[in-house]
Amino acid sequence: MQKTNTRLVNFGFQIAAVILALGFTTIVLVMAGAPPLEAYKNILLGSFGTLKKFTDVLVAWVPLVLVTTGLLVTFTAGLWNIGIEGQITLGAIFTTGMMRLLQDTGLPPTIILILSILAGMVGGALWASLVGALKTYGGVNEIFGGLGMNFVATALTIYLIFGPWKRPGVGSMSGTEPFQESLWLPMFSGFRLSIWAILIAIIALVIIYFLLQGTYFGLRLKAVGKNMRSSFTLGIPTGRYMMSAFLICGALGGLAGAIQVSGVYHRLIPAISSGYGYLGLLLAMLINYRAIWVIPVALFFAALNIGSIQLPIVLKLDSSLSGVLQGALVLSVIIVDGFRQRWLKKS
Amino acid sequence: MNIELNGITKTFGSVVANDDICLTIPAGTIQGILGENGAGKSTLMKILSGFFSADRGEIRLDGKVVTIQSPADAIQYGVGMLHQDPLDFPPMKVIDDFMVGRNGSIFPKRAQVIQDFNELQEQYKFTLDPDAFVETLTVGERQQLEILRLLWLGARVLILDEPTTGISALQKEKLFASLRLLAEKGMSIILVSHKLEDVEFLCGRVAVLRRGKLVGEAVPPYETEQLVKLMFGKVVSMGNRQPCSSGEALLKLQGLAVEDYRMQVRVPDLEIRSGEVIGLAGMEGSGERLFLKACCGLLRPVAGKVLIKDQDLTGKNYLTFLDHGVAYMPASRMEEGLVAGLSLKEHFVLAEEQSGFFVDWGKSEQHTNEKIEEFNIRGKPELNVEDLSGGNQQRALLALMKTPLNLVLMEHPTRGLDVESSIYIWSKMKERCRQGSAIIFISSDLDELLQYSDRLLVFFAGKVSSPLEAETTTVDRLGELIGGKGWQFE
Repeated sequence: MQKTNTRLVNFGFQIAAVILALGFTTIVLVMAGAPPLEAYKNILLGSFGTLKKFTDVLVAWVPLVLVTTGLLVTFTAGLWNIGIEGQITLGAIFTTGMMRLLQDTGLPPTIILILSILAGMVGGALWASLVGALKTYGGVNEIFGGLGMNFVATALTIYLIFGPWKRPGVGSMSGTEPFQESLWLPMFSGFRLSIWAILIAIIALVIIYFLLQGTYFGLRLKAVGKNMRSSFTLGIPTGRYMMSAFLICGALGGLAGAIQVSGVYHRLIPAISSGYGYLGLLLAMLINYRAIWVIPVALFFAALNIGSIQLPIVLKLDSSLSGVLQGALVLSVIIVDGFRQRWLKKS
Repeated sequence: MNIELNGITKTFGSVVANDDICLTIPAGTIQGILGENGAGKSTLMKILSGFFSADRGEIRLDGKVVTIQSPADAIQYGVGMLHQDPLDFPPMKVIDDFMVGRNGSIFPKRAQVIQDFNELQEQYKFTLDPDAFVETLTVGERQQLEILRLLWLGARVLILDEPTTGISALQKEKLFASLRLLAEKGMSIILVSHKLEDVEFLCGRVAVLRRGKLVGEAVPPYETEQLVKLMFGKVVSMGNRQPCSSGEALLKLQGLAVEDYRMQVRVPDLEIRSGEVIGLAGMEGSGERLFLKACCGLLRPVAGKVLIKDQDLTGKNYLTFLDHGVAYMPASRMEEGLVAGLSLKEHFVLAEEQSGFFVDWGKSEQHTNEKIEEFNIRGKPELNVEDLSGGNQQRALLALMKTPLNLVLMEHPTRGLDVESSIYIWSKMKERCRQGSAIIFISSDLDELLQYSDRLLVFFAGKVSSPLEAETTTVDRLGELIGGKGWQFE
């Protein structure tokens, strides 16, 4: 009886959070002079209206799932891996580099693709290991370290696109020269969506889920995240575990970057991470770090992103409305959770 | 200023820190407050200086009832407190630290303040450089700065919490001279200390607290023996002692020295044998924790060697010590020992040897239930450790230790526990001794120290006594040593 009661109450609070977020976004829309209902309808149509649009949602869903899955690992270890953006970028850079290296060697395309994606994972892990080393051995907070590394990663991308890897003739913001079609992840004909990308995302999520739930490694990581000093007293080498969390998260971020290159853009573009890293951080907070919620909530976030693309055309609204809604949702969930805990303490 | 405390009572959870304390301190007095750790000295002073508010009771200053709700309030009424660890701003300049608490215009008149500062410090013969950074000062100088600051803010009551810990003899002399001068000017000084000598030397009156109660007051000439009795209470016999079996030497310390920012501790050469229990006595912060941490690699000694079973582990880290069968049980259970948010079962999985990659939760459940049974823990395997009572948390910590062990290091193993739990925990520890472990523990309970130790080391302000045989040491003698008396014979 007691348990169902608290569950019901929790659910009520969650509904309240969604209403709060929608209310806030509606006020923003009204202030911008746009009809709110019309805007919401457009987002819905823009994401699920046609099969093509739905596959676009899934294209955005894949990197979001990968990134959030990686962040579950760092969050479990009590770490804020803001540097995930840079890790995605480095994944993309390493994949591009490997493909450029191998594309004229005559190796079978499948081998090249696999090697390039693995290179992307290594790149992301490498970038994360720098943040981890700064944190573990240098005493630099991972938020500052990660943020700094993000800027370096962006600069590196721009340098490569306009420097060593520029298109024949003049470098351009549209990115490097696209790869030949044999080096694209196999896709459904007519769509940008690759079944391989979806499979990779789901497999990654399942592996991480079991890693965190069922293994000694996952339990120790959880202990380190909850209380580093006690964990150390219990004999866990805390530095090594934090470092591992960074490496795993970086590899998954790098994997997301690798798929953006090999499955979506087929080249390196300046904003290759597309903000999926930051969105993943929001998502992880929203679902309170519970792995099973990644799939539906990432789908919802991806739908908001894709659905708002047509807002500028139809309603002359900026497409960043989806960001307003996502941000408002996370904030209201956190605020409502604060209220809930106060309420629980009182009763 | 006259201070009257009437019926001050303060509880934290189920602990009564101050129990109906009534104390009058006339203006111009240097009042000493004595008591062992946890007697309620600091709580009482924090109530007077606005850090806590009392549950019951009233404070009268010069006969008027006042309500002090914050340290800012307190200084408005003229009550200033000098904390044991100075509450100052190490990265700031002396003069900025000096004026930071003062309300004034947006742009302070620095030149004027510097002049005030120098005039004030001349009265007390302090020589602080207003432009120096606070972090470059010694602990004694930082105290001087705090005293000046509080005086400048208009303090007429000065509370000093253990002010003579970590300062040089010269600074102590200077401090005492200034305190006398302040008292002559009609200020009230309250000196909280466990150092009998300082209190006897300086104070015109002494009040003794024990377990939250005011148990006695005294005026000069003081009788040391009587003060010790008041502080530690009557001696209760706890039955027969169990003699130690002297096996092989498990821990050897050679010329060991450890230090932190306030003191250096030189430890006499020592050999601890299997089955032996060593008690570390001393007021908190006398160096006993530094010693214990050096024995398990949590603190790197500045000199000397630590050998476990004749293997030199000096400078190795804590995890290496663990591998060599050393276990450490911290005093703050939930901060350094157990992980809040994890269940008992998860703790036992963390402590066990890893077998395979995946955790066998069924087997762990069984293992946890066995341990719960064996250690008499009241709780289910799924219960989170923060929901256990203090005694059960302590039992859980014991249960988490590996078997066999060479050396067990414990801080306050029975603090805050009822008698039943304490006796249980010691019976478990004695079992370990019979299995060949050696134990070193810190305690502030003299009876516990004398009852369970074979030998004692007494710490006082960074000094370490040579090992005392617990059997031939009396409570009075131990109490005196802890209070810094009778060290010339060492």
